[in-house]
Amino acid sequence: MLIRQATDIPSSEITSEYVYRNRRQFLKAAAATLGAAGLGSIIPTSAYASSKYDTDEMQTPAENVSSYNNYYEFGTGKDEPVVNAKGFKLRPWTVQVSGMVKKPATYNLDDLLRGITMEDRIYRMRCVERWSMVIPWHGIPLASVINKLEPLPSAKFIKMQTLYAPDRMPEQKRPILHWPYTEGLRMDEAMNELAFLAVGVYGKEGPAQNGAPLRLITPWKYGFKGVKAIVKIEFTDKMPLSAWNEEAPHEYGFYANVNPNVDHPRWSQASEARLTGGLFDQLRPIKTRMFNGYGQYVEKMYSGMDLRANF
Amino acid sequence: MIRALKVFVFLLCLGPFLLLIWGALTANLGANPVENITHTTGDWILRFLVLTLCITPLRRLTGWNQAIRFRRMLGLFAFFYACLHFSIYALSIANLNLSEIGTDIAKRPYVTVGFTGFVLMIPLAVTSTKKWIGRLGGRRWQALHRLIYVSAIAGVLHYLWLVKADIRFPVRYGVVVGLLLTFRVWTTVRSRQTVTQVSGG
Repeated sequence: MLIRQATDIPSSEITSEYVYRNRRQFLKAAAATLGAAGLGSIIPTSAYASSKYDTDEMQTPAENVSSYNNYYEFGTGKDEPVVNAKGFKLRPWTVQVSGMVKKPATYNLDDLLRGITMEDRIYRMRCVERWSMVIPWHGIPLASVINKLEPLPSAKFIKMQTLYAPDRMPEQKRPILHWPYTEGLRMDEAMNELAFLAVGVYGKEGPAQNGAPLRLITPWKYGFKGVKAIVKIEFTDKMPLSAWNEEAPHEYGFYANVNPNVDHPRWSQASEARLTGGLFDQLRPIKTRMFNGYGQYVEKMYSGMDLRANF
Repeated sequence: MIRALKVFVFLLCLGPFLLLIWGALTANLGANPVENITHTTGDWILRFLVLTLCITPLRRLTGWNQAIRFRRMLGLFAFFYACLHFSIYALSIANLNLSEIGTDIAKRPYVTVGFTGFVLMIPLAVTSTKKWIGRLGGRRWQALHRLIYVSAIAGVLHYLWLVKADIRFPVRYGVVVGLLLTFRVWTTVRSRQTVTQVSGG
């Protein structure tokens, strides 16, 4: 009897993380080379669901993406969630859908995701604290889930909430924020092609400290919009009160669009430290771009709006 | 004996700095090295200010007067970490842009108060030598060096005003600084009462 063991795969055949992280550039380069040789057509266009929204900027190393997290449910220190979220169970997981929607129910997460193709999106992530990362998220477009649930025309906003379980999320025992963490989007924002529900990073589900099994990603907004470990989705006609907005309304607005021209009351938002893993890269801050550089996809949603008042 | 102990304490005080250098050289400062350096040096400023403020109560309460021989070193280490803290901010966050540094100091209360605390430490560092005690006279020198109270309070406020939601750590520093300053108020009031009683009697 032949028992296959893991060692059957020679290590030379395993893609190194560096190549994996830079696979788009690799594929592009390969396609360009072969294209020049008239062989371009034999390259499958999507080994991974490569998206047109991907940035080719240097990605933040996976270990940094998953060890430096603002996730107060698991500790207010950025190095705490990686420790305290260890052993957090991602299944079973249910999402309760309610409000102005045709199919309100409590869904098993796997049922909710069934039939939707997983994608990878390499997005910039700009934190309100003036640092940024480049992260390949793994998940699905938010619009695909919303379409499945069929909201009523009366729904103007979508509200999402994190799990509330102080026995599993220890810091919820302390009143740091108003638990459970709540966030929301206007319906047009939620339906925007960039809005994404991530189940993980770097091509797979998890880890918990990055918000798995389900978190919101809106790359044109500050990172705190990205509500993690979502268990409730509600369609409503009222603007939801989001966690940080409730905590400090003069500092964190509902929209939270990345905007270099509107300072946080305590610091300038004109520049940011791009966390690439090196110390010396960071000594030079980079200029923060309007809508975090995603203006072409999102600015039309805000035309005529005073973004200084609606920060 | 005290000399050897001073060398030992000096090396101990230098420890956090050496660890940062080591961390930078081995790329071991986490995902956000600049933030790590800023927070680490900031913490050590407050710790050294607290240690410096502990010397007088320690002498009064234990009678161990040799403690005074460590005060200057502890105070200078607070200043040393403050210089590092300010430099890393000016270099990486403000990108050595003087107008941006000026705007931050003028517009943002937590920077204003932190920068004030730092600037007030400069005359204390300059006049920390025996020569300067002689030049100023003990009483005036002592009056000048009470500025450390302002720096310590400024340091705590700076920390308190910059955290987003979790105020546990700045509050802890605040309580310790508060106790150390209360001790001084208490001893001053008590010695005045004694003087009044003596002169009155």
